[in-house]
Amino acid sequence: MKILVPVKRVIDYNVKVRVKADGTGVDLANVKMSMNPFDEIAVEEAMRLKEGGKATEVVAVSCGVTACQETLRTAMAIGADRAILVETDVELQPLAVAKLLAAVAKKEGPQLIILGKQAIDDDSNQTGQMLAALLGWSQATFASKVVIGDGKATVTREIDGGLETLDISLPAIVTTDLRLNEPRYATLPNIMKAKKKPLDVVKPADLGVDVAPRLSTVSVAEPPKRSAGVKVADVAQLVDKLKNEAKVIA
Amino acid sequence: MSSYVAPLKDMMFVLTELAGLDKVAALPGYEEATTDVVEAILDESARFTGGVLAPLNWSGDQEGARWADMAVTMPSGFKEAYARFVDNGWNALGGNPEHGGQGLPKVVSAAVQEMWKSANMSFSLCPLLTLGAIEALELAGTEAQKAMYLPNMVSGKWTGTMNITEPQAGSDLAAIRSRAVPQGDGTYRIFGQKIFITYGDHDMAENTIHLVLARTPDAPEGVKGISLFVVPKFLVNADGTLGPRNDVHCVSIEHKLGIHASPTCVMVHGDNGGSIGTLVGKENEGLKYMFVMMNAARFAVGLEGLAISERAYQHAVTYARDRVQGRAIEGSPAPVAIIRHPDIRRMLMLMRSHTEAMRALAYAVAAAHDAAARHPDAAQRAQNQAFVDLMIPVVKGWSTETGNAMSYLGVQVHGGMGFVEETGAAQFMRDARITTIYEGTTGIQANDLMGRKIAREGGATVKSVIAMMRETQGQAAAQPGPAFAAIAAALDGGIDAVSQATDHIVAHYGKDVRSVAAGAVPFLQLMGNVAGGWMMARAALVAQGRIDAGDADPFYPAKITTARFFADHVMAMAPGLAREVIQGGASTLELDEALF
Ligand SMILES: Cc1cc2nc3c(=O)[nH]c(=O)nc-3n(C[C@H](O)[C@H](O)[C@H](O)COP(=O)(O)OP(=O)(O)OC[C@H]3O[C@@H](n4cnc5c(N)ncnc54)[C@H](O)[C@@H]3O)c2cc1C
Ligand SMILES: Cc1cc2nc3c(=O)[nH]c(=O)nc-3n(C[C@H](O)[C@H](O)[C@H](O)COP(=O)(O)OP(=O)(O)OC[C@H]3O[C@@H](n4cnc5c(N)ncnc54)[C@H](O)[C@@H]3O)c2cc1C
Repeated sequence: MKILVPVKRVIDYNVKVRVKADGTGVDLANVKMSMNPFDEIAVEEAMRLKEGGKATEVVAVSCGVTACQETLRTAMAIGADRAILVETDVELQPLAVAKLLAAVAKKEGPQLIILGKQAIDDDSNQTGQMLAALLGWSQATFASKVVIGDGKATVTREIDGGLETLDISLPAIVTTDLRLNEPRYATLPNIMKAKKKPLDVVKPADLGVDVAPRLSTVSVAEPPKRSAGVKVADVAQLVDKLKNEAKVIA
Repeated sequence: MSSYVAPLKDMMFVLTELAGLDKVAALPGYEEATTDVVEAILDESARFTGGVLAPLNWSGDQEGARWADMAVTMPSGFKEAYARFVDNGWNALGGNPEHGGQGLPKVVSAAVQEMWKSANMSFSLCPLLTLGAIEALELAGTEAQKAMYLPNMVSGKWTGTMNITEPQAGSDLAAIRSRAVPQGDGTYRIFGQKIFITYGDHDMAENTIHLVLARTPDAPEGVKGISLFVVPKFLVNADGTLGPRNDVHCVSIEHKLGIHASPTCVMVHGDNGGSIGTLVGKENEGLKYMFVMMNAARFAVGLEGLAISERAYQHAVTYARDRVQGRAIEGSPAPVAIIRHPDIRRMLMLMRSHTEAMRALAYAVAAAHDAAARHPDAAQRAQNQAFVDLMIPVVKGWSTETGNAMSYLGVQVHGGMGFVEETGAAQFMRDARITTIYEGTTGIQANDLMGRKIAREGGATVKSVIAMMRETQGQAAAQPGPAFAAIAAALDGGIDAVSQATDHIVAHYGKDVRSVAAGAVPFLQLMGNVAGGWMMARAALVAQGRIDAGDADPFYPAKITTARFFADHVMAMAPGLAREVIQGGASTLELDEALF
């Protein structure tokens, strides 16, 4: 079976995020960009399924600007066989990405699509779910374990207060949680080989998808700075402040 | 402990803008080293070194390598980290493709190795020695020796060592006494004691391949009678499997100031009938091969000075942002983070600017090495080789002395916590200390620079480098603004200083060698400061070009400021150093030895 792994190019997790002075968004000029960490987990899971004989081909897909090619090369350095870039300079929102991925999925015919549960830039946590709805496939989100069986997948999910195990029929959508696996480091030979693996570039129009944003951003601001703490005289004063100033206890 | 974040942006800047990565990638055999591939390699190397090697730096220091029952056990985690290092192909980065290497140019491996060394210097010494041993076998080994050893050494499955030093033979290799007795079957039996052997024994690999200097029975005295041998820990059968344990053993390890995780071994050959080895190259030519390999090894140790400065700098910046102490000198409502204090700024700028200058010089030398090896034009090859030969003692001597000075500043920024081990700042200072000693002390580098590299050829190469520096100086002088005025003026003074000191050396080396040699280390320092300042001036010019073209990346103005700082604070010392070289010999030598 074929596995499709969408990967997103996001601000590197080591970078201290700064809001643009005009409040229109996050300043991305001259900052290091990397693959969304949840997507690394997705690529890793696909590789493990391939290495375990459950999959025959792993295809990485990214939607966005030309530089997303680097992210796709990273996926291929980890082991993906080939890559597709849906290239556009338009700001992409989860619905647009889900439509693009649905169109790619119809062409490619994968049995499984593994996505990150969310991207660390906008934390939307929507793309996988929307994609499942658009394709009419089963979905298992927040996966911490994936076992492929005959025509089905058994997925353990991280839910509030515990774990839930679902059997879903293939083709299906799985989104990864942090504990699904620990992504490997790419080997030097594979980094060199990644350059030679095929990378196709298509445009949203080729897929017949309108990617125009549906949401508009009103403003982006830094979280309020933590103000300095105060010393309390005794427990009674502490309880009083928690009750009447912080209002965290009744 | 602190984390290590590889300075990818400066590395790529230096590679592409100063070292000429594109020109290196145009050399035959280096076609794969395109900017995008190199960037992908450095990216992953940054992840690996930050995630796997750096976390073991502090624990490795605290735990140290241990010796018992004639064998060394590495600190926790090292064996597993080494296995991942090998499995992921990092050891093979620059290796010959014929033996399984990736064949990447030296300029790329310089950047990757800087990361190994910053992340964990003790760990990095293992591959450093393996790469040295590979170089020896590539240079002079027979086809059979290469086939037997190189594939496993290039991959890193087997590691290598250099068995050179003996108790009476450190800086002076002519004093080597180990004996090699031919057995008549093409093999030799080796007898002798070697000391200070880095990774002479350890538990990270299944075999260790020792390169050993020894004398054959009728070898002439002195340097002309030393031969090179390859002696494996486990003999290798014809089919490549491991045979019996050879008669070479680690009988103890040293207790040291730093690099605690790197085992420094006393190796005894021949307690039980002689360790079995084969001759590498021709008899009595061992030192000749050593000298060729030395360039690579000395360059690599120079990178250690750069790498430890980078790590100490990152550590110091983190602390300086965090530590609140005292109000600002101009007054402030509350105590401030110490990074606000001008003197802390001075120290951080010294660390930053020296680190960037060392990186630029080292990578430029690495690129020249690649051109010297692969350029299609013989004249270009020779010219680049001359540049490399001149600059190797500078990269080694200057960068390691500077690495010490910068890790010292790192401690100072930490105040009392720098002196206390828990912050880790002290480890960098302790680890840096060895770098000016092994692979030829600073004194030996300075003698090499002054004698072999300058006086012997009447200063021809250094004069051609001075001409290149003058060209950069002219470009800086043509730029408007106070930063370039300061850079151009300091570079002008620096070049004059090098030029005058060089003239002095060339004129007096023959007649008054003792007095000239007394100024060897100040001259080395002078060359380093000015060559580093030259590189920083080049960097500033590139940065200005970017700014003029409309690039708003704050990296570029920061680069110009850093270059100006280096001019104001470091190149400013050049005239004084030149005076030390020119006038300082007499007072150095005047006192009667008995008065000490
Ligand atoms: C941790 C560690 C690891 C090492 N690893 C290895 C290894 O893997 N393999 C190996 O073979 N060796 C190794 N060495 C040995 C190292 O290369 C020598 O220590 C070094 O060459 C200096 O020799 P020495 O210690 O005998 O000092 P000496 O040669 O006795 O030098 C003492 C001082 O005299 C000065 N001096 C000596 N001769 C001259 C001269 N002609 N002109 C001016 N000054 C001079 C030196 O600069 C130095 O300041 C290692 C040493 C250490 C400490
Ligand atoms: C081994 C040891 C023994 C000691 N013994 C004693 C003892 O017996 N009794 C005792 O009371 N204390 C003792 N001390 C404490 C010692 O005096 C302090 O460590 C020292 O005064 C530095 O203070 P600090 O460590 O808080 O560093 P910090 O004050 O935090 O300094 C950190 C860095 O910031 C710089 N800095 C701080 N303020 C300014 C400023 N205003 N302008 C410019 N730069 C500034 C410093 O120069 C330093 O580089 C000892 C410390 C050690 C390590």
